Amino acid sequence: MSKRIDVSDLNVYYGDFLAVEGVTMAMEARSVTALIGPSGCGKSTFLRTLNRMHEVIPGARVEGKAVMDGVDLYGKGVDPVEVRRQVGMVFQRPNPFPTMSIADNVLAGVKLNNRRMPRALAQETIEKALVGANLWNEVKDRLERPGSSLSGGQQQRLCIARAIAVEPQVLLMDEPCSALDPISTLAIEDLMNELKNDYTIVIVTHNMQQAARVSDRTGFFNIAGTGKPGHLIEMDDTSVMFSSPSEKATEDYISGRFG
Amino acid sequence: MSAVSTPPRPVRRTRRLPSFVPWAVLAGSVVVGVLLSLLSGELTPTGAILFGAVVYAIAITAISASVEGGRWARDRLATTLVTGAFLIATIPLISLVALVATRGSLRFGWRFLNDDMVGIFGAMTEGGVYHAIIGTVYVTGIAAIVAIPLGILTAVYLVEYAQPGPLKRAITVLVDVMTGIPSIVAGLFAYTVFVIFVGPQYKSALIGGVALALLMTPVVVRSVEEMLRLVPNELREAAYALGVPKWLTIVKVVLRTAIAGITTGIMISIARVIGETAPLLVTVGLVNNVNFDAFDGRIATLPVYVFRQYAQGGVSVDRAWAAALTLIIIVMLLNLVARLVSKFFSPKGVR
Repeated sequence: MSKRIDVSDLNVYYGDFLAVEGVTMAMEARSVTALIGPSGCGKSTFLRTLNRMHEVIPGARVEGKAVMDGVDLYGKGVDPVEVRRQVGMVFQRPNPFPTMSIADNVLAGVKLNNRRMPRALAQETIEKALVGANLWNEVKDRLERPGSSLSGGQQQRLCIARAIAVEPQVLLMDEPCSALDPISTLAIEDLMNELKNDYTIVIVTHNMQQAARVSDRTGFFNIAGTGKPGHLIEMDDTSVMFSSPSEKATEDYISGRFG
Repeated sequence: MSAVSTPPRPVRRTRRLPSFVPWAVLAGSVVVGVLLSLLSGELTPTGAILFGAVVYAIAITAISASVEGGRWARDRLATTLVTGAFLIATIPLISLVALVATRGSLRFGWRFLNDDMVGIFGAMTEGGVYHAIIGTVYVTGIAAIVAIPLGILTAVYLVEYAQPGPLKRAITVLVDVMTGIPSIVAGLFAYTVFVIFVGPQYKSALIGGVALALLMTPVVVRSVEEMLRLVPNELREAAYALGVPKWLTIVKVVLRTAIAGITTGIMISIARVIGETAPLLVTVGLVNNVNFDAFDGRIATLPVYVFRQYAQGGVSVDRAWAAALTLIIIVMLLNLVARLVSKFFSPKGVR
């Protein structure tokens, strides 16, 4: 249930503005790839290109290739909706649907797509996804309560449950812990460790310790200055990146001697 | 400046006025207001209240300034002004409802609601609004059937699909202009359209419905547009990320989240047109009997009925008031329905 994504020479634009330039990298199956770098260097923008969420913004476009399973995600005739069914996403701020119950939020991928699901299968899916997101024990007695009644950390795990309930191949996480307290963060990091057995995970994070703890490979993005495009500076195994990176900029950033 | 810093002052305690003082000052002000009103000529309630309000505002601010200090005095003054503005704003509303209720209750009743005006003339006190209620429901219903889908779809286009550019700007400007169309112009427009395409003999509730739809659509567009813009973009993105197509995202997430506000907006637009008189006067006219066919023949409506009965004078004026009361009750019932819809469909679970 997981696939690798190979990106080559990817340029990302907002209108005429080149935001990220010339990214070539591979995201391995069944592993966690972390993307780190200073604010505004294009990590999140790049992440959003991997499930074609970038083009939702008016004027935004992408050049280059992102190949998953032999298919270029940006090839002709590829339906972005199909891509997003295979590549799920968890956002920076928890965003459960406010009109739906906890159970309906988990099933949102099914219900919003107007698909019918037998009751027993629906129950099974809800339980499996919530167990997978480490939330089942906390909410199993109140599945009919609104999703927004949960705490921030629980909401974020609900969003993860919602993303994995549709059984994607790849899970993208855009700073999933930046709005959470350390305990919820720990819960989600543990969760990532379990999820990588089944999914390809790509995570954007500002927290270097987090990248070191959870990821197998790390990519460092940087930007030359305001108004310049972001670049992938270097990418390597996480242990190598955090002990002996080959680029000076990476070392400066990781050790906090930036700028 | 010198680097020597002054030692921090302890947090000051302010002396506050006891809670009965504003009421005592109010009572005193009313007495002074009555006296001033007497002095200025004769005693009138309006004069007493006006003088009293001014005296209260000055007195409470002065007392507060001397006891509590400047900031609290400004707070007292602002509180007084805000409360005063609120009371002034409610006066017309309450007096209007009270007046219509008292004058209208003279004729209003079960018989009045179930009777039409066939065979009623002169000083007869019988007769009712049954035919006019039917007509108002028909005309407003036709207007709603046309305007609500049209308005919602236009708003969805403007918010979800339109690229920034001349087309979007043009639609927005036209909607704004339409909001300002005098209602009689809408009536004449609908009348002309039907004269050209159907012929001058044709008269029916349909023409009135079209005229009202013309007035209603821009109001629906504006309010639905505002509501759709309030739906956070994060919810749209959450749906897209689950592989939900755009149209399903709009139907099941955006419209669903905004349903409470949309309902309120639609109810406001219905209330806006249900009392329109001028366009109905030129399009559907007035008859004395019940007309159940919305597509053929003149039809009576409540606003036109009120207009005609009041114009006739004499005992008919009582019927005009009772019909006005009926209209207000209908609008209030619609509002009640809208509130129930908002209550049951709005997002739940406040953190």
